[in-house]
Amino acid sequence: MSPLWWRQRRRTHLGSEAERATFRTLHTASLAAPSLRSGLTRESAERSIRHLRALLGTPAMALTDTETALAWDGTGQHHAPAAGRLAALTLDRGGTRVFDRDDLPCAVAGCPVRSAIASPLLVEERIVGTLQVFTPSPTAGLARASDEVARWISGQLELAELDASRTRLMEAEVRALRAQISPHFIYNSLGAIASFVRTDPDRARELLLEFADFTRYSFRRHGEYTTLAEELRSVERYLLLEQARFGDRLRVMLSIAPEVLPVAVPFLCIQPLVENAVRHGLEAAEGGGRIRIVALDRGQECVIEVEDDGAGEDPEKVRRALAGDTELDSVGLGNVDARLRNAFGDDYGLVVETAPGAGTKVVVRVPKFAAGVHT
Amino acid sequence: MSAGDAAPGIVAIVLVTLATLLIGTWGLRFSRTTSDFLVASRTVAPRLNASAIGGEYLSAASFLGVAGLVLTFGADMLWYPIGWTAGYLVLLVLVAAPLRRSGAYTLPDFAEARLGSRAVRAVCSLLVVAIGWLYLLPQFQGAGLTLRSAIGAPTWVGPVIVGLVVLVNTASGGMRSITFVQAFQYWLKLTALLIPAAVLVAIWLGDGSPGTGSAGAAGDWSVPLAPAGGQGLYVTYSLILATFLGTMGLPHVVVRFYTNPDGAGARRTTLVVLALLGAFYLLPPIYGALGRVYAAELAASGRTDVLVLELPRLMVGGITGDVLTGLVTAGAFAAFLSTSSGLVIAVAGVLSQDVTGRAFGGRRLDGITAFRVGAVLAVLLPCLVAVSAPHVGVAKTVGLAFAVAASTFCPLLLLGIWWRRLTDAGAVAGLAVGGLGSGVAAGITLAWSGDHGWAGVLVEQPAAWSVPLALTTMVVVSLMTARRVPPHTGRFMVRLHTPETLELGRG
Repeated sequence: MSPLWWRQRRRTHLGSEAERATFRTLHTASLAAPSLRSGLTRESAERSIRHLRALLGTPAMALTDTETALAWDGTGQHHAPAAGRLAALTLDRGGTRVFDRDDLPCAVAGCPVRSAIASPLLVEERIVGTLQVFTPSPTAGLARASDEVARWISGQLELAELDASRTRLMEAEVRALRAQISPHFIYNSLGAIASFVRTDPDRARELLLEFADFTRYSFRRHGEYTTLAEELRSVERYLLLEQARFGDRLRVMLSIAPEVLPVAVPFLCIQPLVENAVRHGLEAAEGGGRIRIVALDRGQECVIEVEDDGAGEDPEKVRRALAGDTELDSVGLGNVDARLRNAFGDDYGLVVETAPGAGTKVVVRVPKFAAGVHT
Repeated sequence: MSAGDAAPGIVAIVLVTLATLLIGTWGLRFSRTTSDFLVASRTVAPRLNASAIGGEYLSAASFLGVAGLVLTFGADMLWYPIGWTAGYLVLLVLVAAPLRRSGAYTLPDFAEARLGSRAVRAVCSLLVVAIGWLYLLPQFQGAGLTLRSAIGAPTWVGPVIVGLVVLVNTASGGMRSITFVQAFQYWLKLTALLIPAAVLVAIWLGDGSPGTGSAGAAGDWSVPLAPAGGQGLYVTYSLILATFLGTMGLPHVVVRFYTNPDGAGARRTTLVVLALLGAFYLLPPIYGALGRVYAAELAASGRTDVLVLELPRLMVGGITGDVLTGLVTAGAFAAFLSTSSGLVIAVAGVLSQDVTGRAFGGRRLDGITAFRVGAVLAVLLPCLVAVSAPHVGVAKTVGLAFAVAASTFCPLLLLGIWWRRLTDAGAVAGLAVGGLGSGVAAGITLAWSGDHGWAGVLVEQPAAWSVPLALTTMVVVSLMTARRVPPHTGRFMVRLHTPETLELGRG
């Protein structure tokens, strides 16, 4: 028994009955949402169904895919096998259906599962499963409510689909990047190597091996992450090949703190930046270009800078490239940025410092440890 | 103290500071002017990394404290250097390689990766800061002692100066090529102790190798456990437990293992560390024993922590004495400079990640500012305590830091690496029990020192009860909450225990 003032305070504190009901409903829904956001699977169904049943307050509930029950919550577990059949029937009709006791033969006395309301779950206009609510006697209100809940679940599942397709897109982009060793680079490298075959066969052989190693790394299939050491090794090979072509016109300075070499970074996250730098650096005046690659140890994180003294770029254009505009010729800038953010969070996007005529500096920050990121 | 007496100390301190800065810059230059691309793929070699670990690890307690303890309490105290070395043996056998393979940079990182829980991470961060502070305290105290002994400055000058130097260095992004700097500090410390020791032993032999005073006292001094009986036995075992198991929980040691390229590299590094520390720790007991012969009045006056600094002058006069004094002063200064830099970086890192880098009232500090604020916090508290309470034995306080580390991170690491049924609830419970138990004991010891019989002994050396207690709690609570075993445990264990050269999916 709480004293009166306390109850009054509580009431004003928590709002009116209607407000509290709204809060309760939304809160229960929010509990179910996270697992549904991973798509409709047995695991997500089992995790969310408890909260979904609390929303409707029925004795039993089932979530199915198009064929079988994924999860059952509440009493009358022995009806679970029938859920698949009901799902198939709902699939035929395409809308919410009510089933009575003829469809649910039952030998158990006092079983509250006497009738069922089945609503389809739609993702992009396609039925992926059903929500089935079991009750002693169906009412129009319950049918409407379960229809709404099914629609809400469909919304969550569509978001899940969106997440999944975004990840797929990202993977496709990495694949594209791997295949994106530009044809020009291949012709030019092979041409440069060929020019050494007579004059300096040893160097030609070495360069050919570098070329083989470079392509092997770039076409690597497995693993989303690699160590900074591996990535820099590939950059090194790339630069050796470019230098074979450009000779003294391309000057490179590397300054790498050895402490950060074991850091895990997204595969091919530095190499595209260096490729850009080489291109921009050589576009500049006739004297050729200078490129600086620096990796610094900064306690919890590592800072990598790729800098050229070339033509520079309009900051507005760079902003558009980072936002995903693919018209610009900055290879993979937006892609690298997106993958860094995806792996380490929004604090770790690319930082580009540039202006026309002032060169370009791209700064990558990578934490030494991030949950779920490892080679 | 006259100006002439202070000169070698001042020269030594200035030289050490200059050398540290020069090597920092030289290391940077070295990596800058090279046109040899292979620098990029050259990881830190085990030998260099081991020297760096040694440089960071050998603190004021090792350099000053051990000799003082041996001088006062005799053979029992040899367990300190033995334990501080053997800690790396435990690390080598049970922890080094799996910890490296886990990809964790700090201990909170490991907890999060293993148990997938932010709560465990938060508790670990708290403990890292606590252990860091407890370990920094004796470094600053040692600085006070050294500067007073070397140049006659008041005791508060040392902590303030070292605190400022470390702060400026870390906050300005100095100590850039930290591995080179720390490796240099190890060899400096070894030289600074080895050369004077050789000279002093030669003088002792020249004197006809005199014994340690009256026969009865000498017997007590050189025989283990002679006066203390049961309590002495307890203290010894507790000490062994704390030092053997505490090393793996020291924040500044763990972060250095990240620099190794792989698990095998981590093991190799640890092996070299064992050799380096073994060599170093032979020396402080020599000072302790010689002090027994030549500096008995230091033991009587209780100023035992300055033994290493004052012994050369007591035994040799003239210019040789000055040079040797300069050398040991340089070594001592290097000791607390390197250890406290490493600790401040580790503590500031954790603070910036989990405290100062968080949003407060909608505003958030950027990474560098957060790290600087973290560094200030990391230095300020131990510095204040060192200034206000300068009279706790240097090695004793470090011993307490080891006890807290052994009662918290040791169970977490051992069970986290070797037992797949550890849960987040079990880890939090064990960390809380071990941390509170040993932490409260450490607090009491720091606040009231003195002899209080068995109760005092239990509080002064908590490891023997707090480590088993924490371990048991972690196991029991984990078994009770078996449902909470993280789903990715199996995969994570495979990653911890398979060599990197093995081709298999580690996703």
